[in-house]
Amino acid sequence: MAAIRGFGAYLPSRVVTNAELAARLDCESGWILDVSGIEERRYAAPDESVAGMGAAAAQQCLESAGVPASDVGMILVSSGSSERRFPGPASEIAHALGMDGVPALDLPIASAGSLFAMSLAASLSAVHRNVLVIASEKMSAIVAREPLERGVAPLFGDGAGACLVSTEGPVRIVDSVLHSDGSFAQDLRLEFGAPLEMNGRSVILQASRKIPSAIGELLERNEKPPSAVKVFLMHQANQNLMDRVARALQVDASRFYSNIRRYGNTSSASLLIAAAEWWRDPGPRAGDPICFATFGAGFHWGALLAEAAS
Amino acid sequence: MDNKERIAAIVRKVSNNSALPDPDESLFDSGFLDSFALPDLVCELEREFGIKIPDSDLNPRKFESMTRIQSYLESRM
Repeated sequence: MAAIRGFGAYLPSRVVTNAELAARLDCESGWILDVSGIEERRYAAPDESVAGMGAAAAQQCLESAGVPASDVGMILVSSGSSERRFPGPASEIAHALGMDGVPALDLPIASAGSLFAMSLAASLSAVHRNVLVIASEKMSAIVAREPLERGVAPLFGDGAGACLVSTEGPVRIVDSVLHSDGSFAQDLRLEFGAPLEMNGRSVILQASRKIPSAIGELLERNEKPPSAVKVFLMHQANQNLMDRVARALQVDASRFYSNIRRYGNTSSASLLIAAAEWWRDPGPRAGDPICFATFGAGFHWGALLAEAAS
Repeated sequence: MDNKERIAAIVRKVSNNSALPDPDESLFDSGFLDSFALPDLVCELEREFGIKIPDSDLNPRKFESMTRIQSYLESRM
């Protein structure tokens, strides 16, 4: 059996408001809020790296779980914004945590990588016992590339999240579904040194159908109606998208934990940052089903069902 | 109603606007629909025409204008 032992998060201290971005992008700050639900986001300092933020989130996660770094058997790191082609941030994070020698694997899957890593960790925990999942993104460095796009730049922020998956813990991982389809790979992509390319209409159209479909597939095979899920923890891409997914599942939007207003879209880190905040308050209650869901470049999408121990 | 009129009725409903753009004009660039209205448009088309549009056909270009929507739907009939 695989289980979640804890979450952690790291957010850079610099707050960037819509007003600050609106002035640079020649648009209204209210427009940014209307189209995205985002009021502010965090930007990393120039000397803060993807690996550094990831290590900070990992440390908080291990402290929250009460597990020393020496007990971690494997590290999985998701990032779509790492600073170089190779090596990815995984080995650097392992080194920062004093885990030299522990296998550290990179998953360069923007937005969806954290959920894919959690699902993999659930399987790998049978071999490596404590598997540390980390997602870290420095999106500000990407959206700063010229030409600045008003439809892209305000959406993203920086941050990192972490999750410890183990063979035991207070929240059991029940099942997951993962899907990938390269038909629309060109619609959300980041070429080396280039600005982020996003066909927003295509992304929204596909995500608004594929996320509810994955959640439905997962819940149906586990004989749980969406109404039985106490909290949905979803990739924080856009508040309008989360509201739409809630409507498609016929559940109240308040069941979808949201912190996008404060942090924007932190790509693959967003799911774990949201989970870390939810874990602290209100956190899992005995017997509660919890559903994680994501969608990202590729396209990759999926859902994961967990249940708090009774 | 013919197909053109059925599509126009759906565009009016989804855009919440009694006016219509020119048939070849972009529904999005003209401001009639935004990105988040596109999934609603597709749902309404599926309901009205009794078809299931596969994910592989969910290319926004197919739904860019009323003419393109009509062309796509008639290719499915």
